[in-house]
Amino acid sequence: MGEFKVHRVRFFDYMPTAIRAMAFNAHTERLALGRMDGSVEIFNFADRYFQEKVIPGKDSRSIEALCWVGGRLFSAGLNGEITEYDLETLRPKYSLEAYGGPIWTITSNSQGAHLAIGCEDGTVKLFEVLEESIQFERNLDRQKGRIISLSWHPSGTQIAAGMMDMIRVFDVPTGRAVQRLLVDRGFGGSKSRETVVWSVVFLSDCTIISGDSAGKVQVWDGHTGTLVKTHLVTKWDVLALSVSKDESSVVVGTSEGTVIQFQFIAPTLQQQQDKEWVRTRTFKNHTHDVRALAEIETAIVSGGMDTQLVVRPLLEKFDERSHASALRKIQFPHRNLVFCAKKAGLLLFQFPGQLELWRLGESDGHGKPGDSLPLKRKPEKLLHLKRKGEDHICCSALSSCGGWLAYSTMSSVRLYRLQTDNNDISISKVPKLPKILRSAHQLCFSSDSSKLFAASSQSSVLVIALSQSECKYVHTLKPKSGSRQPIHLMTNSVDGKWLATANSDCEIHVYNVQKLKLHCIVPVYGSCPSAMGIHPTTNNLTMVHADQQIFEYSIVEKQYTDWSRKLQKQGLHNLWLDRDTPVTHVTFNPKNPEQILLHDMHMFCIIDQSLPLPDQKTQFYNQMTLRSLSEQERPSHLHAFKICKTFQDLLSVSLLDDQSLVMVERPLLAITCQLPAPVRQKKFAT
Amino acid sequence: MATLFEGFTLCGLVQTSSASDSAIQGIELDGDSDHAVVTDSTRAVTLYKVSDQKPLGSWTVKQGQLLTCPAVFNFQTKEYVVVSDNKVIRVWKEEDLNLDKAFKATVSADVWRVHSAPGGELVVLFQRGAVRLLDSLLSAPQQPIEGILSEKEVIRWSTNIVAEKQHFVLFTTEQRGEHFLYVQRLNPNTLQKYRLEREDSGASPLSFSASLRDKHINLLYLYPNGCVYQSVVAVRGPVGLEGVQALPRSLRLRLPVGEGELGAASAVALDEAHVAVVGMPHPSARTGKDFLCIWNTNFQTLQAGKEMVGRIRGQVWCYLGKLFVPHGKALSVIPYECQKSSLASALGKLRHPGIAVSKSSVAIPSWNTLLHGDQPQGPTKIVDTRKSKLRRKSQSAPALTVDQVLELIKTGPVEEVRREVEALVSRGDAQDLQLSVGRLACQLVARSQVETAFYAPGALARLVQTQCLCHSMCPDLLLLALEHKDYFLCQLCLQLFPDIPEVVTCACLKTFIGVPDGDVEMVSLEPDSVSFMEGLVAAGARGGQQNGFSPPLFEDSCDPHHQPKPPQHQDKKNPTLQLEVCPVGLHKAVLLNEVLQTPYSDNLLVPHLKDLNAPQVILFLQYLQFIYLKYSQDVYTQTPVLRSPTMTQIIDWVCLLLDAHFTVLVMAPDAKGLLSNLQSFVKSQVKLFSELGKIEGSLQELHKMKPSKDISQYSIEVIELF
Repeated sequence: MGEFKVHRVRFFDYMPTAIRAMAFNAHTERLALGRMDGSVEIFNFADRYFQEKVIPGKDSRSIEALCWVGGRLFSAGLNGEITEYDLETLRPKYSLEAYGGPIWTITSNSQGAHLAIGCEDGTVKLFEVLEESIQFERNLDRQKGRIISLSWHPSGTQIAAGMMDMIRVFDVPTGRAVQRLLVDRGFGGSKSRETVVWSVVFLSDCTIISGDSAGKVQVWDGHTGTLVKTHLVTKWDVLALSVSKDESSVVVGTSEGTVIQFQFIAPTLQQQQDKEWVRTRTFKNHTHDVRALAEIETAIVSGGMDTQLVVRPLLEKFDERSHASALRKIQFPHRNLVFCAKKAGLLLFQFPGQLELWRLGESDGHGKPGDSLPLKRKPEKLLHLKRKGEDHICCSALSSCGGWLAYSTMSSVRLYRLQTDNNDISISKVPKLPKILRSAHQLCFSSDSSKLFAASSQSSVLVIALSQSECKYVHTLKPKSGSRQPIHLMTNSVDGKWLATANSDCEIHVYNVQKLKLHCIVPVYGSCPSAMGIHPTTNNLTMVHADQQIFEYSIVEKQYTDWSRKLQKQGLHNLWLDRDTPVTHVTFNPKNPEQILLHDMHMFCIIDQSLPLPDQKTQFYNQMTLRSLSEQERPSHLHAFKICKTFQDLLSVSLLDDQSLVMVERPLLAITCQLPAPVRQKKFAT
Repeated sequence: MATLFEGFTLCGLVQTSSASDSAIQGIELDGDSDHAVVTDSTRAVTLYKVSDQKPLGSWTVKQGQLLTCPAVFNFQTKEYVVVSDNKVIRVWKEEDLNLDKAFKATVSADVWRVHSAPGGELVVLFQRGAVRLLDSLLSAPQQPIEGILSEKEVIRWSTNIVAEKQHFVLFTTEQRGEHFLYVQRLNPNTLQKYRLEREDSGASPLSFSASLRDKHINLLYLYPNGCVYQSVVAVRGPVGLEGVQALPRSLRLRLPVGEGELGAASAVALDEAHVAVVGMPHPSARTGKDFLCIWNTNFQTLQAGKEMVGRIRGQVWCYLGKLFVPHGKALSVIPYECQKSSLASALGKLRHPGIAVSKSSVAIPSWNTLLHGDQPQGPTKIVDTRKSKLRRKSQSAPALTVDQVLELIKTGPVEEVRREVEALVSRGDAQDLQLSVGRLACQLVARSQVETAFYAPGALARLVQTQCLCHSMCPDLLLLALEHKDYFLCQLCLQLFPDIPEVVTCACLKTFIGVPDGDVEMVSLEPDSVSFMEGLVAAGARGGQQNGFSPPLFEDSCDPHHQPKPPQHQDKKNPTLQLEVCPVGLHKAVLLNEVLQTPYSDNLLVPHLKDLNAPQVILFLQYLQFIYLKYSQDVYTQTPVLRSPTMTQIIDWVCLLLDAHFTVLVMAPDAKGLLSNLQSFVKSQVKLFSELGKIEGSLQELHKMKPSKDISQYSIEVIELF
């Protein structure tokens, strides 16, 4: 197959932010995740936990809690505002000042008619959920001290509120506090510190379960206001609680990074009637605070300060081993943050607050496989471009010649002209962008850098013509389907004729850019495409979906290619299908049209379409075997999937025009190193 | 090291009428490793389960019949075989209840023994020396049996050995005071006869023991004078040599016999380095010969000893890590363990490494010289060489032989004895120096013990300085020196003996602590150790001066004969000052240092440490504290050449003392300050180690990080895909 020169890049200091809140919508199987920087991510749990949408953050926004009402997503934060998000335009629909100081929590009743928020000033405010907005209804009896956590009784008539040192139960119709449950303080030195009831849940049998800063999980009888049972689970804080749908299990997240499950079971086999809450399992998948938790049908989803989302399947709910029963950690976003100018050898790194442009190093040496070559020129950071405004960057693009750079925030798009001669770089902002170009979900330059494509609302694409002197709006490409979902993937062909877009409805549209019209719609497949690319010579569109399926579609012939049919007929290898991170990039080798280059977080793969496809009995990861075989024996063992796992924690793989690969790694260890210190735990001999 | 564990009684013994006869004819193994087949001297064979100490079965012959050979187990057919009335061979199984109903065959000649070994067939040895396989004999019981031995020749001992599929029957005979060894090979049958060397006294060997090692049969035999000899017969020896050959022997061990000769004693080889001996006196116990001892033949040291109650009949069997010893009215089973002997284990714990190399090297290789006749090499007697050369020159008169000197010691005056001993030692050939030095020392000690007026410190010191002496060779020497308050000799012994028992170490310690300072200060001690101690005391004093203190001790501390004032005279309100002052006199401290450096094992030492009384313990602890403090101070740098206790030794001793006397110390009011000081030391040590642990952790992390170092922020690499 051959040798490749690899630029192994580890200087992209990508740093995800901590997870603060989580809400699972069991109806749509979507998980909304709120991060510390105010961004919201939507994961489709029905589609291999694919990160479907990202609503970029904003400096002034903070998310303390998230809440679904039907298909609508609300958040509340310490800035005192309630925000509803528009999941089609990926931006806040509106924000509402609650006038109660910082808001600690937001929760809706099971009927979906009301929202309750807990405020710093001690009020629980009820909002009525209207068709298009929400409206303040009334305050419940104001208490002394902030309201940290809230939970509706499923009937909607009572609310339990976690406060400092106590839990209040309110009667919703009258607004009166009917119970006052005092929560003990911690022992020893923490006696003088107030206990914060970080989380409460109100069960339908009027049991209240609370988790507090003294490390206790307490079970209360809501009728009488008496303490039933105290479980001391940690020396630190119990931060999050989540109850399963059938109320038979409660999971608890602690500052130690553990998730502890309690189950409502009979302690002995004889007395099946006398059930009680028993601590059953402890999971330790986090190193830091577990701030957000959700117990879904078959798994416990947790996230916290260590930035990763962990889906821990409950194995008793599975009959057989499959990809769904495997522990899954989602560490990297499922979209590109790295853009490569193939001709110029430049890399663009996208951060929420800035862009970085780097020039790759050079080496003129040659070496054996496995060698590191001596560097003639070190990589160089050419540009550090800070965003304007308080909205975070949601997408960016770099033209392949390295002459153009664009980024978009929620409120504006900015385009820059880059000029590099030798070591000097000059950047100039292109003024007077067309008015219609307000914001974009995706940006992409045509390969000859003459056009800029910007994915706009309702799956439409704006075509902007670029020239030295001006930039001009050309056309808006609109899908026929009338989908309102945002575009999350966009790619164009090298010959400049085709543009393909994919949206969250799993639709893939192919436009003829020269004729400025829709060329065709690829048959919709049930899983969201996670990466796609158009072949430079054959103009075949290769798509990889979140469920790891690969399709190749001939744009010209408007049908799947023979290779794709063969692949679907034979089926992909199980080891390929069981991988737990989606392919995030598809690219091609212009020198060798048979080759498709793919990568996910843990591997890099070259598919050689000229070679036979592996069947289930073939050894799938066969590079080591091939290496050990002699030249003559090798051909009989070759198959199409050539997988290299030398490079780990991959964020991007691209092939430069000089046939060298660029691998951008972000070692997880480096991310861990930058996290704040976890809570101190006594370990042996320390 | 070898250990004898707590034994247990397997069965009682019938008291026999005559003193020489034993109640037990033999003990053999069964198919089960936990079984033992015991044949008593009259009519009964009993099968025991050893661990349960209970009989599993017993078989007796009729009144009037007599068992004449120990019952053996046929490993192939799982049958027992015994001979009654010399001629009747009986074969039975474990299920058989009655011996009379068992298979019987009468043979035509008197049987001496039936021998059995795992993996070999049963062999019958007749009294006239003929050998038959049992199977072939039973097929034709009345076959004629030839006589091999001459008329007056009688078998004394026999055994069989299976080696490399070759079956041997060994037996020794006696004929008019001469002893012979016959080695009968079976299939093909050959017989080789060897003559054992005559012992000077003309005595007969007390016991034999044969073992197979490295394709050689090692025969070990013990004479009444305590000599244990070893002879080696090759398994593939010269076949078909005619006539009687002389059997070369080598002295493995010379046991201290005490008064008289050994009567009923027996030695059995446990492994290549260990010999178990019963019926000999213990070197430390003055009276009685009823001991079971394990000796290391390489180091000539006593490894373990146990007194057996009641008369020992000179019988011992050794099977699978257990010794079977009939004594008094019981048959005892004593488990033992012989660890692979090594220099280190023979020397005991905590030998100062520097000294082990430079000084002890002579005492240890002595087994080499014994075995191979090598000249001692290396740093043998650096101190002595010059002196001895001088002496050799000046010595013109013919010197006396060892025996003459031994005679002289019995009667001669101290000065003459010293001179002759010195002459002998300085002339001494390395070859037999070891033996002669031991004999001389024993003789000297013996005379001193008898005549209280006679004490030859010079001669003894000279003998000790040869470094050919060790404690087990002359166990009374050190105690004698203590008795005579010869502290110089004590110091020498402590320095040079590798094998001082813990009880003696403790006795020395007790004496040293108890002795008034004034008594010791006049004694001249080894200069190196004294100067070390002076340095140590002076170092502290200098430090005091630097800090602005001028302790009264400082002015005189340069004088080596100065006796530091006891701590009671010091200002008690100044604890730091008090700690700075050595609580014992200089020479006393030197002696205590020697004790600190003596090898010991803590399990054995702690019980003896309990003999110390509270004031002694407190004083010793104070001294240890003092020396610990000195070591901890920066001013002290350990001089490698000087013999000095190490920090570990000091700490170990503190621990041992605390272990032994903890309750006493806690109750004693004057120990309070001391204990709290010690506690603070422990704290500081713990802190130090925890710091070190942290550093270690960090360094290990660095170590771990090393491989990932090469992956930098950016590199250009070449990969190959196939």
